[in-house]
Amino acid sequence: MIVTWSAFGALAVGACLLAPLVGSTTIRLAAVFDRSRPFADNIDAQIFFVARLPRVLSAALVGSGLSVAGVVFQALLRNPLASPDTLGVSAGAALGAILAITFHLDFSLLGVSAVPLASFSGSIGALGIVYALSVVRRRGTSTTVLLLAGVTLTALLGAVVRFVQYVADFTETFQTVRWLMGSLDVAAYAPIGAALVPMTAAFAGFITLPRALDLISVGSESAAARGVNVTQSERVALVSASLATGAAVSLGGPVSFVGIVVPHLVRLITGADHRLVLPASALFGAAFLIGCDLIARTALAPVELPVGIVTAIIGGPFFLWLLFRRG
Amino acid sequence: MLRADNVCFAYGKGPAIGPAKRPAKVGHYVPTDNELTNYARTDFVLTDVTFEVGRGQIVGLLGPNGSGKTTLLRILSGILRPASGRVALNGTEVGRLSHRELARQIAVVPQETHATFDFSVLDIVLMGRYPHLGAFELEGIADLEIAREALAATGTTAFESRQFATLSGGEKQRVVIASALAQASALLLLDEPTASLDLGYQFEIAALLGRLNRTRGTTMVVSTHDLNLAAALCSEVVLLKQGRVLAQGSTEEALTAANVRALYGIDADVEFHKRAGHLTVVPIGRSL
Repeated sequence: MIVTWSAFGALAVGACLLAPLVGSTTIRLAAVFDRSRPFADNIDAQIFFVARLPRVLSAALVGSGLSVAGVVFQALLRNPLASPDTLGVSAGAALGAILAITFHLDFSLLGVSAVPLASFSGSIGALGIVYALSVVRRRGTSTTVLLLAGVTLTALLGAVVRFVQYVADFTETFQTVRWLMGSLDVAAYAPIGAALVPMTAAFAGFITLPRALDLISVGSESAAARGVNVTQSERVALVSASLATGAAVSLGGPVSFVGIVVPHLVRLITGADHRLVLPASALFGAAFLIGCDLIARTALAPVELPVGIVTAIIGGPFFLWLLFRRG
Repeated sequence: MLRADNVCFAYGKGPAIGPAKRPAKVGHYVPTDNELTNYARTDFVLTDVTFEVGRGQIVGLLGPNGSGKTTLLRILSGILRPASGRVALNGTEVGRLSHRELARQIAVVPQETHATFDFSVLDIVLMGRYPHLGAFELEGIADLEIAREALAATGTTAFESRQFATLSGGEKQRVVIASALAQASALLLLDEPTASLDLGYQFEIAALLGRLNRTRGTTMVVSTHDLNLAAALCSEVVLLKQGRVLAQGSTEEALTAANVRALYGIDADVEFHKRAGHLTVVPIGRSL
């Protein structure tokens, strides 16, 4: 177990260190950490820390947040096709963030600023609707119903987003359209800090969950009969996953398919045990989105694509393959 | 070992006996006739159910669909709380025990189990160790031994590293029973354990339960629609009809043709079968 954790950890750290080296100007890692040159003179270090690292760290944060949220939704709803996108939770978060951005909401609560907060409210609202649906139908909601609810919710919330864009100022619309494609165009540390607060809270919740998720994924009543406090675990899981989705979306926009591709790839390597799947998805999710963003930055250089386009091109066919395999 | 006293349960709204998230009153509480009439009869899933399960017994819960068997098992296992009345395990009210304490004493085998993800058979059995481990504790060698022993006791050792999802219904049920054994609780609650199995597997599960009861002294409460299984396996039966106890007692006394007619509206011959060595129920037709 420790070996697997370390391997995924090394992958994530490696991605964080190596990805900033690639770009329009190639820099060397040795030069970046060359202590003999002061930072002001060290162009390599400046490019590394100022221009590229914020973007890579955002990718890491967004990638791991969405991936773990996907893992948690899948276990909780006992449905391998659940994810922040397919459930409409990302769309909820996006609507919240768009409202906060468009109406220039500026307040903070417990150190969390307006956009992540609004984004979290949106995600938990959307999740509430989908979850209510799965609880009302006692025997567990079928994949079809759940995905249809997600699709419907996404379409509905998308319409509200387009309405807000339509009535908003043109330049703002341009910005939000870019952002809605899932874009990691972050060139400062402040937004990362803002997203880090709710993300840390979410991960504090996730840490308590893995074993309970194992048992709940086999059946919530049998989990309860084996001593899991199902109600409490479900609450922690839902709030944490919504927080993580909200934080990720507020930073990088609703980057699609990460929450479904990463957990499935990780399970192929680690098996089903959530004590492996959960941390490994956090780490692999970070590396995965850093990689996708690297493609987005370099594929049509000097044009930088929104990373959401890359994840969709990879994730769409992957999702279809999952559907085929299940059918 | 397990005692249910005047257990009542209702879905829906009402003054004293509401949706049973919380007991209306902890301890003894029997609804008055007046309170009972505040409900349509059908609102009550269970009314005044009282019975006792002795250590080492196998008690059968019989009754038609919707008679309250599953609800009663949920109440016995502490998943649901009765609206009134009490369930006591070795003298302690079930509602007063924590989830973990309860799971160390009562294990549940549901009718069917589906693993959403690719858990191996050993993974599933090790999940039974949950109530014995700390919050962040991993299963140790001792837990692995207990799990392997449970696999051996249920004849599923050969499946150990197979994916649970690839097993047949009967094999799955044996693995889930192994998981319940790994939980090391003295009381096993089984909800229609043979309902979705073919004849061969039905006998296999029945034989397994009988063997576990004889060799380990495991106490069991088994709900079932299979009267012959109950006759073969159970020392006592509780017959439920519309949430009330129609009859209870030793299998020989309570499993009668008259009671079968009252329960199911079926005319049946109930006779001791020499070759089988227990009562057998042969349904003849719908009674008039």
